[in-house]
Amino acid sequence: MTENTPPINGDIHRDIRHDSAHKHVAGSADYIDDIPEKRDLLHVCLGQSSRAHARMKSLDLDDVRAAPGVVMVLTADDIPGRNDVSPFAGDDPLFAKDIVQFHGQSIFAVAAISRDQARRAAKLAKIDYEDYPAILTIDDAMAAKSYIEAPQCVKQGDSVAALKKAPIRRRGCFRVGGQDHFYLEGQIAMAEPKEDGDVHVWSSTQNPTEVQHLVAKVLNIPDNGVTVEVRRMGGGFGGKETHPSLFAAAAALVARKTGRTAKCRVDRDDDMIMTGKRHDFRIDYDVGFDSEGRILGLDLKLASRCGYSVDLSPAINDRAMFHSDNCYFLEHVTINSYRCRTNTVSNTAFRGFGGPQGMIAIERIMDVIAHGLSKDPLDVRMINLYGKTDRNITPYGMRIEDNIAPELIAELAETADYKNRRKEITAFNQANKYLTKALSLTPVKFGISFTALHLNQAGALIHIYSDGSVHLNHGGTEMGQGLFIKVAQVVANELQIDIDRIKISATTTDKVPNSSPTAASSGSDLNGMAALAAARTLKDRLTAFAENHYDCPSDQIIFRNNHIYLGDQKISFNQLVHQAYLGRISLSSTGFYKTPKIHYDRKTHKGRPFFYFSYGAAIAEVIIDLLTGENKILRVDILHDVGKSLNPAIDRGQIEGGFIQGAGWLTTEELVFDDKGVLRSHAPSTYKIPTSADRPAQMTINLWNGVNKEDTIHKSKAVGEPPLMLAIAVHSALTLAVANANSNKAEELSALNAPATAEEILSKLI
Amino acid sequence: MKKHAITLTVNGEERDLIVPSNRTLLDALRDDLGYTDTKYGCGTGECGACTILVDGMTTINGCLTLAATMNGKSITTAAGLARNGHLHPVQEAFIENDAIQCGFCTPGMVLKTISLLDENPRPTEAEIRHGLEGNICRCTGYTKIVEAVQDASRRITGSNVSAIGE
Ligand code: FES
Ligand code: FES
Repeated sequence: MTENTPPINGDIHRDIRHDSAHKHVAGSADYIDDIPEKRDLLHVCLGQSSRAHARMKSLDLDDVRAAPGVVMVLTADDIPGRNDVSPFAGDDPLFAKDIVQFHGQSIFAVAAISRDQARRAAKLAKIDYEDYPAILTIDDAMAAKSYIEAPQCVKQGDSVAALKKAPIRRRGCFRVGGQDHFYLEGQIAMAEPKEDGDVHVWSSTQNPTEVQHLVAKVLNIPDNGVTVEVRRMGGGFGGKETHPSLFAAAAALVARKTGRTAKCRVDRDDDMIMTGKRHDFRIDYDVGFDSEGRILGLDLKLASRCGYSVDLSPAINDRAMFHSDNCYFLEHVTINSYRCRTNTVSNTAFRGFGGPQGMIAIERIMDVIAHGLSKDPLDVRMINLYGKTDRNITPYGMRIEDNIAPELIAELAETADYKNRRKEITAFNQANKYLTKALSLTPVKFGISFTALHLNQAGALIHIYSDGSVHLNHGGTEMGQGLFIKVAQVVANELQIDIDRIKISATTTDKVPNSSPTAASSGSDLNGMAALAAARTLKDRLTAFAENHYDCPSDQIIFRNNHIYLGDQKISFNQLVHQAYLGRISLSSTGFYKTPKIHYDRKTHKGRPFFYFSYGAAIAEVIIDLLTGENKILRVDILHDVGKSLNPAIDRGQIEGGFIQGAGWLTTEELVFDDKGVLRSHAPSTYKIPTSADRPAQMTINLWNGVNKEDTIHKSKAVGEPPLMLAIAVHSALTLAVANANSNKAEELSALNAPATAEEILSKLI
Repeated sequence: MKKHAITLTVNGEERDLIVPSNRTLLDALRDDLGYTDTKYGCGTGECGACTILVDGMTTINGCLTLAATMNGKSITTAAGLARNGHLHPVQEAFIENDAIQCGFCTPGMVLKTISLLDENPRPTEAEIRHGLEGNICRCTGYTKIVEAVQDASRRITGSNVSAIGE
């Protein structure tokens, strides 16, 4: 009977549309700046440092106070609690006091009647600086041993001995640039004073709990006096993991001090100047290998620019170390990681969280080896892959149990006709003088779980109202990635009701407390499981009630397509809920989840930091113009592993978007700081993120047909970050194209840096 | 600063307002008139989030246009596209092709697409990509947006709907 019932609307493993799509096309999905403003609302603008490192001899804000429309000006001295908006290290002041540590650092806040007045007033500060020496670059910081924490090392085997013995050895160095998030909705927060000194804060944040805790500390009130709410963000990408607290705390402080609602909507320029970015890296390698291309020993040095404060840099750089193996077995390896403290904005989380920088290091090494041996780089990659039963221990001591890289790569190479196209490209290059093409396949293996163990937990809250409609809440945030719809699908499936019976609601700290940031690709894994737990509790209660009420054994009670089947009886879900309500059954439940199996010892850098890995591979075909360095991605083929997808349409969107974002990072997005530490590329006019014209004309994306070996939410896998690293294929192909062009003149593979802008490519052509 | 009394027709509704010379159309729409469906992305004419249709099918960037220069103009925003409770075919195509992630670029992207298809009802894939170049989407990678535009083109040319309804 139940077998023939059609599935519910909005079931798992189906292409279900984003829950807000129909509102977005009409512009009726509200972001924070769209919430109707209170009549007496104040606009907040932050006054910034104009020096990279200096002592403020005097801070004269009289003109700011006297400017038209200004209601209040606040500095470090006005903070009732702690002057800190850092995630844990305590070193990100809300307002710099005495010393400024980067150009653009927040020094004071102006609250004015209009946004324009606040902005103009903020420029009127008179600050007398005594300049201090500023460390701006990785090289300067390395020379000065200026670090945010002691250098870290991951080690396996004996790389020194292995390198000595290796028949062939190559050393090299290249640099990988940073990346601005350029979430289309910039940073924004609005704070409203409430009774008893409480505040309600709307913050465009991936991390409402952290904003709550930091606002409370700044205001010197308990956490329960602050509620933080976010319905949706206009993009996050990691840029709204720690940095929103700065703007939220400023707005909350103004709200507290003035008793009026305060909004801080950050100008795009200020956003780019004041908020951290992806870490740029300097990568040094010393690799030994045999004539087949098998790596025998590797010494890797990863140095990154962290900026002036700690932020999340320790975990980000740890993840860079953890991904320096990518899919390859490194029997004898030493990875030294240097976390450079510089007088620049504090770099932060960005999709991939250090993983991409580690991964591009080993992919470069693969190309270097292949070049040295005149081999197809794909053959070198294949020979170095992790084994299934042996050669499967990572440098950090984790045994890989879910390795699908060999099959996945082979399938992609086959379906995208890699070998033949490589031949065609060789012919094309021989026939063309000023154009050169190249093709590269690079894989991705990305570890899923927060590297900070305690963050691998989540909570959810579900109410069923007496009419059978459902209210769903959890600690995850929606930034466009489709988390809310995926979690709703999980609940719909569990309760067997149509998804439109489920109300998706804003993330808010007064419903689910102590939530982790929506980051590390973990959103669906963690919140899906927590919501499933809550739904199961409710289903169990309803089942127990029905057992009694209908005198039907529980094993004959089946929830199916908006109905409950009890032996040969059938009643609607709504009916049963109403009866349960009358029977005084609690119809509200929380759910909780923590990731199993993971453990990690940071002192030795050994353990199992990841529950499982997500895999993928991409082939990129590029062309470069040898006269100008101009380049283009001609074709991309992707095969990506999302386990048994909860929602294939949403997952494809993540893959497409992640790839293009990664391609932007590696080709056109160039952050330029001048010798005073001033960011010169602080607007889209100078900072080139991909447009529709840059999208490859040919792009084929397929999902790997498989399930997660681990017990994740309905056997799916995380998808947020891993696809970004597919774009390493583009950089690799460009490197090979440069090598093709230089082939008669250079022995070594050129050290093409990222981003591979036209100028960068031109500078490497000889 | 000099103030100007102007009249705008926004989504068919006549609105009077007084604006200083330096007020952008974007700010006037969002802050003075409450049309928050037009978004602020960069304020410098580079992202397209503030795209607005003027006098039919011309798109402009609201952040670069001074409100005072718009007296007497008729403006369409994303909120004004539906007719008799039915979404515009371009809106439908964006929904059905999953061309939306965070949605912040979407109103501008939809309006730009309407203007593009008005000029060129059957654009090639390359024409679509170049036509939308001024509208940045940081989330989707454009694949599904291009597919949505292709689909919208089929819907409009196939069903003979005028690109913006009556
Ligand atoms: S806000 Fe107008 S183009 Fe970006
Ligand atoms: S959907 Fe987020 S910017 Fe386009």
